[in-house]
Amino acid sequence: MGRTDPPSATSQLLELYRAMRLVREAEERLGALFADGEIPGFIHLSIGQEAVSVGVAAALQQHDTLASNHRGHGHAIAKGLDLDRFFLEILGKRDGYCRGRGGSMHVADMTVGMLGANGIVGAGLPIAVGSALAHKLRRTGHIAVVFFGDGAMAEGVLHESLNLAQLWTLPVLFVCENNGWSEFTEAARQLATDPQRMAAAYSMRALQVDGNDVVAVAAAARMAVAQIRAGEGPCLLECKTRRVRGHYEGDAQKYRDAGDIATALRNDPLVRCEVQAIAAGAPQETIDAIKAEIADRVDAAVATARSGAPPAPVDAFADVYSPTHELPS
Amino acid sequence: MSEVRFGQAINRALIDAMTADPSVILLGEDVARPGGPFGVTRGLLDKFGPERVRDTPISEAAITGAAVGAAMTGLRPIVEIMFMDFVTLTMDALVNQAAKARFMFGGQSSVPMVVRMPHGGGINAGPQHSQCLEAWLAHVPGLKVVCPATVADAYSLTRAAIVDDDPVIVIEHKALYAAKGELADSPTATPIGRARIAREGRDATIVTYGAMVSVALAAAVELAQDGVEADVIDLRSLQPWDEATVLASLTRTHRLIICHEAVEAFGIGAEIAARMADVGFDELDAPIVRVGAPFMPPPFAKTLEDWYRPDAAKIVAAVKKTMS
Repeated sequence: MGRTDPPSATSQLLELYRAMRLVREAEERLGALFADGEIPGFIHLSIGQEAVSVGVAAALQQHDTLASNHRGHGHAIAKGLDLDRFFLEILGKRDGYCRGRGGSMHVADMTVGMLGANGIVGAGLPIAVGSALAHKLRRTGHIAVVFFGDGAMAEGVLHESLNLAQLWTLPVLFVCENNGWSEFTEAARQLATDPQRMAAAYSMRALQVDGNDVVAVAAAARMAVAQIRAGEGPCLLECKTRRVRGHYEGDAQKYRDAGDIATALRNDPLVRCEVQAIAAGAPQETIDAIKAEIADRVDAAVATARSGAPPAPVDAFADVYSPTHELPS
Repeated sequence: MSEVRFGQAINRALIDAMTADPSVILLGEDVARPGGPFGVTRGLLDKFGPERVRDTPISEAAITGAAVGAAMTGLRPIVEIMFMDFVTLTMDALVNQAAKARFMFGGQSSVPMVVRMPHGGGINAGPQHSQCLEAWLAHVPGLKVVCPATVADAYSLTRAAIVDDDPVIVIEHKALYAAKGELADSPTATPIGRARIAREGRDATIVTYGAMVSVALAAAVELAQDGVEADVIDLRSLQPWDEATVLASLTRTHRLIICHEAVEAFGIGAEIAARMADVGFDELDAPIVRVGAPFMPPPFAKTLEDWYRPDAAKIVAAVKKTMS
């Protein structure tokens, strides 16, 4: 019996599912490794928000640049980072992306335009604006994207960045991952208005989308990116989602109703995508095969990271400054 | 060789750097059409156009953060901060982003950006427009900090900062912008990290930088009338600073005075004194003395500001203290 290719809508759904599955599997494994004491420091998981990072990344090209935040594992993986070096970094190993100096909050890969996760709320916005300025002046044809949470909407530099980007018609996509929680406090108790109105205040185009529907996120992101790439200036894409885990792993979330978490769990973007894929004709075996394949990939990356060598202080010290650069005569 | 003003030398350095490298751009409040609050960027808009010479909104945090992102995406941005006091608004971009990117990302990326800012008093600009905050920046691993004292160095340190692959803070004393000096037609390079002996002497070493260099030289002339010959060292670069040159001078003079306009406590002078008390202990014939502003904000009234800023008399007294 000859196997026929699935129709393109189905294959696109399966690609999005595969990408989300990779983020989910990687983060679930990070959660377990953290609980077992194998990850130093602290980590912030984006479980339940995978449709945002994957949906937006589906609209990007390799050399589009991306500035991320503290909850950035999904952004990094969706942008195409190597899984081994990702896990090596988060486990604090020499061959990790940052040679063990950054960890979860600073994963970066310049070869795919990933300008770094960031430990400072809102700090990625001006970095993306500057990166967009460079794209525009250097006529690279690329755009910059920044992911930030609803909490960042209260940071002053966000407002400066929205104003500057709109004023200079820069090719930048602002993705507000509105998960309803700013650390331990509901967004409603932090913001006097909402992201749509904030964008409007700067005359910026804005879109709002169900951030747990990966197809809708991808469609909205493609539309926004096409306009940005065409030179029409920035856009704010608000993805409404819900944080499932705590602000950080180990956060008991005593400030949160059990019903709020249960609601978030019922709206799992992976389950929704799986249902959509099956309804579109994808066989269950294909979904199961993707799950198994992803689990194997993550297993392999974790094994590589566990056996990685620790970083040496002498190498770290040598990288504070660039090698000496002489002034040309 | 021609006589130019300090601000004109920086202007020429910017022109030469922007001519040599199309990736160099200029961002700042009023730097383009108005030509800069102190006129340092005059003419650059006409020469290089509005894409590369950009008037920005009054958004110090965003323009400095944008410089970080632009530097990571192939440009060499130069940001002008109108007064050094406003560097407070840029601290996340400088301290958490620019300074750390190279290290934090495992050497994947450098951040070749320059931030120019005028510091210091002398124009009665008051507590929020006169501060010398360079010690803050010199305290941050990953940043370089330079502070020219002469027209020649205003040119060549600016060039060196722009070509450097790391974030460099160029501190310009606002009272120096109108000062005149000689600038060679083809100025020689001044590498970051090397001090200059501004005057040679055998009896005491005065280490200083920026606008205080000429004050220290005036003090040295006064001291010479009493038969005391002072070595005056112009640091030029504060991070990294030229420990070898200071130590070599101390080895000749055995007395050390450090002078800056910034408040004396917890300053550049404290670091140099601590270091020389360690590596130069055996050379010292007297305690190290610092001359700096008293521990208070810079005041506005002329009488207050004149009293607040170190002058030649205070430096002379400090040198004599080490000789007594």
